[in-house]
Amino acid sequence: MREVWIVGIGATPVREHWDRSLRDLAWEAMHRALEEAAGLQPQALFVANMLAPLTAHQTHLGTLLADYAGLEGIEAVTVEAAGASGGMALRQAYLAVASGALDAALVVGVEKFTDVVGPEVEGAMAATLDADYEAEPGLTPAAQAAWLMQMYRERYNAPETAFMPFALLAHRHAVGNPYAMFRRAISEKHYRHGAPVAPPMTIFDMAPYADGAAAVFLAARDVLPPELPRPAVRIAGSAAATDRLALHDREDPLAFTAAARSFHRALEEAGVSPHQVDFFEPFDLFGVYVPLTLEAVGYADPGRAWQDAERRFGLDGELPILTLGGQKARGFPGGAAGVYQVVEAVWQLRGQAGDNQIAHARVGVVQALGGPASTAVTHVLQRP
Amino acid sequence: MELARHWRLKKQRYALQGEVCPHCQTKIFPPRDICPACKQEARTDHTFSGRGKVVAFTVVTQPPKGYEAQAPYVVALVELEEGPRVTAQLTDLGDEEPYIGMPVEMVTRKLRTVEGERGIIVYGYKFRPRLTVAQRA
Repeated sequence: MREVWIVGIGATPVREHWDRSLRDLAWEAMHRALEEAAGLQPQALFVANMLAPLTAHQTHLGTLLADYAGLEGIEAVTVEAAGASGGMALRQAYLAVASGALDAALVVGVEKFTDVVGPEVEGAMAATLDADYEAEPGLTPAAQAAWLMQMYRERYNAPETAFMPFALLAHRHAVGNPYAMFRRAISEKHYRHGAPVAPPMTIFDMAPYADGAAAVFLAARDVLPPELPRPAVRIAGSAAATDRLALHDREDPLAFTAAARSFHRALEEAGVSPHQVDFFEPFDLFGVYVPLTLEAVGYADPGRAWQDAERRFGLDGELPILTLGGQKARGFPGGAAGVYQVVEAVWQLRGQAGDNQIAHARVGVVQALGGPASTAVTHVLQRP
Repeated sequence: MELARHWRLKKQRYALQGEVCPHCQTKIFPPRDICPACKQEARTDHTFSGRGKVVAFTVVTQPPKGYEAQAPYVVALVELEEGPRVTAQLTDLGDEEPYIGMPVEMVTRKLRTVEGERGIIVYGYKFRPRLTVAQRA
């Protein structure tokens, strides 16, 4: 396997971009990543998207976006794995370059939520569940996460504020991220008065569905030009795993087995131990996913990740998480979510994270989840 | 309209028909032809009793398209007596608040009406508080 490096990144702010289209957002992110790549040309485009067939009546995004971006004639394909689409598209590009099949590839994640509203959005999100046996009875991903909150509190006798630290951390960290949707810290008082979504879940326990695009340019080490405008970051490990799709089919719904599997495989490939990780980006589409992930991968004991979490997982803590606001406060741009995580991790590793910079960050781990760790994709990123 | 999709699931939706593994006797719902426990072929039909208990529940206030008229509704994770868990709405609750461990039983109800002039009505299982508890005791 060849070494694979990230030589360019780009993103749009995450917003309700009423005035912009899917292709327009994607192009902006791709254009920025290509600019950083110092003249390297991608041989393939991997598009990450989860909902366009339902929300935009648009399939065939690979060709659409390659065409729109002027990458005439190149190989292009869409990768979909629900919320993990971004991580999975990056992994496909990584595998292609690492194997030697390609020298350079561009990944772009893009989502337009706001072309549909209300029940149509919930319906599209519900299509990521088991359509016949979860969505048809009326389940939504939010309702499913509400079950997990209820089961977690029941099993571990955890207080109603158990998931609060993760919302507070995300909002606090988004203040320093100009690309984030909600750049305001929230207090315990805000959290306690969140509008209910599906009890016990409120709006502060779930990320806002929003529009955005993010792109990452990968190249094999041996084709890199001697001078790059930005420091390159190495993809040192990459791994994906799946679980039973329907939550009701899992022996223990609170065990994020796929999150643990992909995490440990990726770290093993990178030759990194969990305590050598300088920061971690878990996937907080729903706040409850964070403690379940931290506990599954071994950063916290079962039922305890919420304890002292603001200190332990803050920017100055032993393991900073959600360092630029996570999905919760940066916003959840569907198929682009996993690519944003990588862009943010690259900011950290290049020393471009501004007020949120983790001092001496050398190893960052990002994990994208599709559903409640129904798919999990983990990447280990390393500064040389 | 997806007529065939709903029609072919009628045994599951109307009668909770699943499978039993001939090798390890694991009861399987929904049917999947491969036993999740022993990974061997399992194609023997098994009809479930429809009795179970609530493992988790919530109230959907932001419903998907097609479910707006029912909201708010209670959707629960129900553990069947025979072992498997299913996702289903709770119905006929009246003044009763659902709770973890609540005994429930399957009933057939309208799930939704598919939009359109010739829209079909999808029926399927929901669960109500168990009425048969007193008789069995």
